[in-house]
Amino acid sequence: MNKKVLMKGNEAIAEASVRAGLAGYFGYPITPQNEFTAYMSYHMPAKGRAFVQAESEVAAINMVYGAAATGCRVMTSSSSPGIALMQEAISYMCGAEVPAVIVNIMRGGPGLGNIGPSQGDYNQATRGGGNGDYKMIVYAPSTVQEAVDLTYNAFDVADKYKIPVFILGDGALGQMAEPVLLPEEKPVMKGDQGWGLSGAKGREPRAVMSLRLAEGELRKHNWNLAAKFERIAEAETKYELTDTDYDVLVTAFGTAARVAKTAVRQLREQGIKAALFRPVTICPFPYAALADAAKQAKKVLVAEMNTGQMLFDVKVAVEGAAPVEFMGCPGGESFSPEEIAAKIKEMQG
Amino acid sequence: MSIVFQKPESLTDKTTIFCPGCSHGIIHRLVGEALDELELRETTVGVAPVGCGVLLYEYFRTDIVEAPHGRAPALATGIKRVRPDLTVFSYQGDGDLASIGMAEIMHAANRGEMITVIFVNNANYGMTGGQMAPTTLPGQKTTTTPTGRDCATHGSPFRMAEIMGALDPVVYSARVSAATPAKIMKAKRAVKKAFQNQKENRGFSFVEVLSTCPTNWGMTPVDAVQFVEKDMEAYYPLGVFRDACGGEK
Repeated sequence: MNKKVLMKGNEAIAEASVRAGLAGYFGYPITPQNEFTAYMSYHMPAKGRAFVQAESEVAAINMVYGAAATGCRVMTSSSSPGIALMQEAISYMCGAEVPAVIVNIMRGGPGLGNIGPSQGDYNQATRGGGNGDYKMIVYAPSTVQEAVDLTYNAFDVADKYKIPVFILGDGALGQMAEPVLLPEEKPVMKGDQGWGLSGAKGREPRAVMSLRLAEGELRKHNWNLAAKFERIAEAETKYELTDTDYDVLVTAFGTAARVAKTAVRQLREQGIKAALFRPVTICPFPYAALADAAKQAKKVLVAEMNTGQMLFDVKVAVEGAAPVEFMGCPGGESFSPEEIAAKIKEMQG
Repeated sequence: MSIVFQKPESLTDKTTIFCPGCSHGIIHRLVGEALDELELRETTVGVAPVGCGVLLYEYFRTDIVEAPHGRAPALATGIKRVRPDLTVFSYQGDGDLASIGMAEIMHAANRGEMITVIFVNNANYGMTGGQMAPTTLPGQKTTTTPTGRDCATHGSPFRMAEIMGALDPVVYSARVSAATPAKIMKAKRAVKKAFQNQKENRGFSFVEVLSTCPTNWGMTPVDAVQFVEKDMEAYYPLGVFRDACGGEK
């Protein structure tokens, strides 16, 4: 029987990645995800797999791009300013349709900001971030166990659609320790997946590239990428709705959702009808499910550890079905459940 | 009738779009011949740069990945680390390698990555229309040094083969020229050695090839070759700056 083990978020996500059949990890230290790189520096070489502490985040993500182009499972992890540096290569990987998993353990920003937990990179993660017309799959786990499960499966999803997949956590998730059940270990895949660069032995040479110069080719390619994302939205969108009867529907993701869930539980014990809608994929965003859920709500609250980024998506989904209010916490800090509970009570009137 | 000369198997039949008198075609051929002779074509992944070399996949019958500007050594590192059985080379211009990609080439070399780097130095940015490169000669006119490169304000040219040669983990660093048939034969031996080193797991190998850019230099192909021999070779001496494995000098 597999037993639960107590692990820090960063290390648990790293171990889940190793177990997903990771062939290479390439990263650069940045707080608050340093345990991740340290964990990989020991566990990857111990299994005869690749680990490189790159000279920069720019180099790290390009090592990921190169290694991923061979069809192996590879990843990097970083935190907000480091992810900002990686955006160029992420755009290339989306253009070239190369799968990989990228973990962002967000900290306060803009700029150096601080090292506290923040959700300030929602827009950066869900709107592309690099140049050009692309989207990625972005998971926003709210517990260490969920982070483990989503990361482990993220490699399958990345391979299935040949697309980089983001795990968007924050300093709280990375630094907290929780008991987790770890998944089974998969072998490293190094065979020919039918598209990767493995040397042109017995077949025509392949090119992994994002350049499309001939007239009409890029247009066609970008429509194909958009159609692929439609299929992803249909099959891979995930969310959680905690209750079926409510007056106030709180929407939140990640750590903010975890706090909001506690607030909702406390209020329901007091007979106050509140519920939590939590997007698990913030891209693709669960627009249809939230539109449905909002029909029953008298009011909708958006709680985010930023100045209002998911707010835009919530408003698009709710589309006037109920008034939408916002509470933010943008300084590299989190809410308390009491703060959210007080706001819900106030909204209930 | 016996065939005495033919196109390398590692190259495609496509006609290149390189300008008349440009050395890229020659350097492509040298790489293709080296891959053929060492029987590496079917295990090779080339990393293309941003710039004139970006179309590598059109001309090489090997697997190719296209790197963002300057990052080819990082991609090559990633490939080689997860697939040490593959032969990995980057093919980079001087703007790509010595300007925007300086950090990546220095660190890949200093880690002693088991890769081969072909560095094409034509003393300017070719693809974007002839701007100053880190390798532009003192006094050389480009579109961004209209009165000639002034080292007091633009800095001095980087001699990359010497810099690479100074790094302990590098096993081979050489500068060759594509100016004349005799020099091209020498260049061929350097390129082949750089791949041989990888085949025998010796370490990081670097070959700088002095190359022409008649279009952006505003010269005829003949004048461009003379510029390489007279001016470039004076500033960038040909030779082997590190050879940890011995052999060809």
